[in-house]
Amino acid sequence: MATVEAHKNTGMGKDLIVYFCLLALAAIQFFIAYQNISPTQMFERMLCVAVIEAGLALLFFMHLSENRGLRWFVIVFTVAVIFGMQYGWTDSFRLSNGVPWAR
Amino acid sequence: MSQADLTMHGHATAGAMAEPTFSVPAKKMAMWLFIIADSATFAGCLVAYGFIRNATPNWPRPFHSITNVAAMTLILLTSSLTMLIGVRSAHAGDKANAFRWTMITAVLGVLFAVLHIREWMGMISEGATLFRNPWGTPLFGASFFSVTGLHLLHVTGGVIALIAVGVRYQRGRYNADDLEITGLYWHFVDLVWMFVVPLVYLLNLAH
Repeated sequence: MATVEAHKNTGMGKDLIVYFCLLALAAIQFFIAYQNISPTQMFERMLCVAVIEAGLALLFFMHLSENRGLRWFVIVFTVAVIFGMQYGWTDSFRLSNGVPWAR
Repeated sequence: MSQADLTMHGHATAGAMAEPTFSVPAKKMAMWLFIIADSATFAGCLVAYGFIRNATPNWPRPFHSITNVAAMTLILLTSSLTMLIGVRSAHAGDKANAFRWTMITAVLGVLFAVLHIREWMGMISEGATLFRNPWGTPLFGASFFSVTGLHLLHVTGGVIALIAVGVRYQRGRYNADDLEITGLYWHFVDLVWMFVVPLVYLLNLAH
């Protein structure tokens, strides 16, 4: 209950800081889009920024920073599922490059 | 009082005294479980999109301007802030302010949806549909409209939920916790957009 009370009593200052950080990170993504770099580098950089944005939103807008147990529950479950989906990537490269009909 | 009564009473008391999982109320926990499941749905869509993009040579880059998508991003991020103000007002007992900010959030959601549909109409007028793409592979239209359509569906659902919960909160049928749970969903919709923008729009920007 203490955690619930804590976030009820916190002022708007922190929320505003997080909001402006999210705006700045979104602007960085748009800036990266105009860089003269390879699509792979662009993808990696944009994904890094998106993960930081998502982390900020989860921790402060969705108040996960105030509940350690729930935080770990959400992170472990979500990351495990998303990582599980990456299993298909090797097959995607095999389909696009490795099989006889790909060429 | 019989032994059976005592036993039942004992179980009921134990149930009522049991600590909720992670000290989170059941309704909020249900929303978190929904968010985890829904993030898997979106991750599945985005991974499938990446799979298709990777395996398709000459993937089109039809976006010439970022103005519309930048405005949509600004609106959605701002709506998250207004939602936070609404929830804080509700927890402070300021019912009128909480209702006002929740409705402002809903209006921002509608504005986002209007801009989104306007963009869709522009693409459709150029010949792009779910099964057709004037710039090359039809898979582009299929993946673009599927991913952004799923997100737009979530925004529409969120706006309906915000209005329904906001009105019932105003009438005293729902409390501040219910508003907070709806806010969680709204922040999640915002969070998903942070991944849709770079992967679907910015990586397909014409240089």
